Amino acid sequence: MSAAKKDLQNPLKRARGLGSAQSGVGHWWTQRVTAAGLVFLSLWFVSLALCLLHADYATARAAVSKPWNALLMIVFLTTVFWHAALGLQVVVEDYVHTRWKEVVSLVLIKFLAVLGALAGVLAVLRIALTH
Amino acid sequence: MADTRRPLSPHLQIYKWQVQMVTSILHRATGIALAVGTLLLLWGLIALASGEAAFAEFKACAGSPLGLVLLFGWSWALFYHLCNGIRHLIQDAGAGYAIPQFVRSSWLSIVVSIVLTVAVWAYVLTGAAA
Repeated sequence: MSAAKKDLQNPLKRARGLGSAQSGVGHWWTQRVTAAGLVFLSLWFVSLALCLLHADYATARAAVSKPWNALLMIVFLTTVFWHAALGLQVVVEDYVHTRWKEVVSLVLIKFLAVLGALAGVLAVLRIALTH
Repeated sequence: MADTRRPLSPHLQIYKWQVQMVTSILHRATGIALAVGTLLLLWGLIALASGEAAFAEFKACAGSPLGLVLLFGWSWALFYHLCNGIRHLIQDAGAGYAIPQFVRSSWLSIVVSIVLTVAVWAYVLTGAAA
């Protein structure tokens, strides 16, 4: 059945196959790419946290302001909030069935994710660039 | 709301519990928990940027009994979401879909996440004693 249906489709139809939301597999794919990045970033983060377990203020600050650590922390923060926003979006879409509550939740999740990511990046920059 | 005249699939109360259901539900639950847990990371970084007093306050809260319980929960959530996330990535690549493999990898996610959590906290607690 699917083969017969396929034959009737213009190739352009498939090329433009972004679905009703016009975003295609963008959400799904971005969720996986950020996940793959977070496999490595979260292991780095856990090791940094364990290294700084009993560190005093100056040591912790010096560690985070090291160029590699500052860079990876910024990448970690942006990837985490991006991945979290995509994941929470799916949860809301699955369980919130009142349309206005769903839309408000989805917008709120995006606002908070951007706010959180930028707040974290700003904090890292303050730590890394001021002495 | 959904149009209930159409046939509905059976829900959680109907299904017999299986490990694949548990890993699926836990993946969502830990994902939500970790999203909340990022706030602790933000707090720590902002405190570190703000100054010594703010950082001392953060450390005191994180090291309090309630803070340690939350950290323990979040550490397991992180390791579970990490292990099961890798499992999902492998499945997304098209591997491990036979039912016995699916069940085995579910158990593997749970067991490895617990082992990692115990290992990290053993390191934390023995380090604190030294």
